[in-house]
Amino acid sequence: MNAIAHSARIGVQRGLTEFRQSLTSREDVGWYVVTGLILLGVLLLQRGGTVEGTNLSLATLSLPGILGMQLVLGGVIGTGSALVVHREDGTLLRAKAVPHGMVGYLTGLVLGTSLGTLVSILVLLIPGVLVVDGLTDAGISGWLALVGVFTLGFLATLPWGAMMGSLFTNPQAAWGLGFLALGGLVAISGIFYPIQALWGWVQGVAQIFPVYWLGLGMRWALLPESAAVVEIGESWRTLEMIGVLGAWAIVGFGVAPVVLRRMARLESGGAVEARRQKAMQRV
Amino acid sequence: MVTELDTAASSTAAPVVDEVIEVRDLRMRYGATDVLSGVNFKVRRGEVVTLLGPNGAGKTTTIEILEGFRMRSAGEVTVLGIDPATGGEQWRARVGVVLQSWRDHARWRVRELLVHLGRYYEPFSTPERRRPYDVDELIDTVGLHERADHKISTLSGGERRRLDVAIGLVGRPELLFLDEPTSGFDPQARRDFHDLVHRLSDLEDTTIMLTTHDLDEAEKLADRILILAGGRIVADGSAAQLARQVTGQAEVRWSLDGEHFVHATPDATSFVRELFAQHGEAVGDLEVSLATLEDTYIELVQQHETGHPQRAAIAFEEVGR
Repeated sequence: MNAIAHSARIGVQRGLTEFRQSLTSREDVGWYVVTGLILLGVLLLQRGGTVEGTNLSLATLSLPGILGMQLVLGGVIGTGSALVVHREDGTLLRAKAVPHGMVGYLTGLVLGTSLGTLVSILVLLIPGVLVVDGLTDAGISGWLALVGVFTLGFLATLPWGAMMGSLFTNPQAAWGLGFLALGGLVAISGIFYPIQALWGWVQGVAQIFPVYWLGLGMRWALLPESAAVVEIGESWRTLEMIGVLGAWAIVGFGVAPVVLRRMARLESGGAVEARRQKAMQRV
Repeated sequence: MVTELDTAASSTAAPVVDEVIEVRDLRMRYGATDVLSGVNFKVRRGEVVTLLGPNGAGKTTTIEILEGFRMRSAGEVTVLGIDPATGGEQWRARVGVVLQSWRDHARWRVRELLVHLGRYYEPFSTPERRRPYDVDELIDTVGLHERADHKISTLSGGERRRLDVAIGLVGRPELLFLDEPTSGFDPQARRDFHDLVHRLSDLEDTTIMLTTHDLDEAEKLADRILILAGGRIVADGSAAQLARQVTGQAEVRWSLDGEHFVHATPDATSFVRELFAQHGEAVGDLEVSLATLEDTYIELVQQHETGHPQRAAIAFEEVGR
């Protein structure tokens, strides 16, 4: 047990090291800046006019939802693609070759991707608060609620990202399919426009997945009470939000270890070499 | 923290066994294909043993079973006295695996990664075997001193492989596995690597097991060569023993009064003793050579590649008798 705790501590160090490397890497910083700028551009275009029934602009309603989207992006695609890449390049096999290395690796992965996701959210939130009206009223309780939703949302999405990363073998396929699926969900989850504008059955489908509930949770945290009128049932449905996200987290953390263990068991030098050969052919 | 580590260490006392690896009737089957059909061998403490065989003979499969990365179909395997299939982390800490890096940890610096990976071994340190290795000493051993603070992505292929070896050693393993360690090396890098392995084998009786398909490499590196073909070990011995096993003959060349002679004999030592007894100082240009393994091995590889691994193996064994 002590050796496991020891490895978890090494994993924390690993996550911090990888986060620092990410912040000094041109590709990663470029990615944060470009996505931040694109989303900020969308917000700027949405500033004019107010949403029916409220005195809030579409941008004000969108920003919290976009934060929720960034969170799912980081939790699922960030975690998943890191894992697929680490399986392909042998990082994971190295972790398997040292005692309790998997504990350290997974701790590092979780910490690294959560810090990365936090950055992708702050990159949007900080300028967003300046550009978009109505968010500065959220108050301390609002920001604390935001932290709570962030944590719950990350717990609800992370294990699913890890499972995705365990099942795919090709990083490009994981990215492509992940983005496609997530894009579809974002489109029906009321992120860029109120969900009420969609057909009833689409709303039903959207409410199965965490994207909608994360957007709702973020709006609940940041927007004034009066903005609830554009939501389903004209309510923030906080309990339902916690319930659905909690269910995703519980099921995810129940199933993910089984999937991860199976994946880890199958890692070997031969498996990594085979993937290397395949990757060389792709390039 | 210190007390925790000490507690963990006291339970790590390694059972002392002289047979570091023991493999009995190891079988591996993928679908309907038998890759290994009854492999038997032993490796003793401190030995450097090469598993030699053509590509596709099952060397990687064998070594991965020993590393605990792959399940076997049948047979008995013990590594450091423990079945690798159920080895656990205590066992893992005593085994070093040299993996071939490709582009993993590209953003990490050499020393940074070695320190990080070394820390996993701290709870497994014992008074007799301090774990992990001192990282700077290790970096010097593998000749990466000048690259210690460089990003791994900037290393050349040879440097990267030396880093792989350092990573395999960082836990001060009792047994080190290397799978095709020099594939893709230029001749200079290969030579440097051979020097490195010789230095390693002198370090605190680390047992080394490596695979190669290159006979020349096996002859240069190993105390003992195991040839794997047709799913079995078809030859087992030092390079010299195998050469004799294959040919049964040594070739003796000498000159006597300006005239050159050649004689083939199964017992070169007595022949030469006899020669000197008869002619004394008149003997010149003496040369005793064991016919190399090369011809037999190349024949085996060719048979294997033309799809007759069984025939190749049998041919080798028959010559051996």
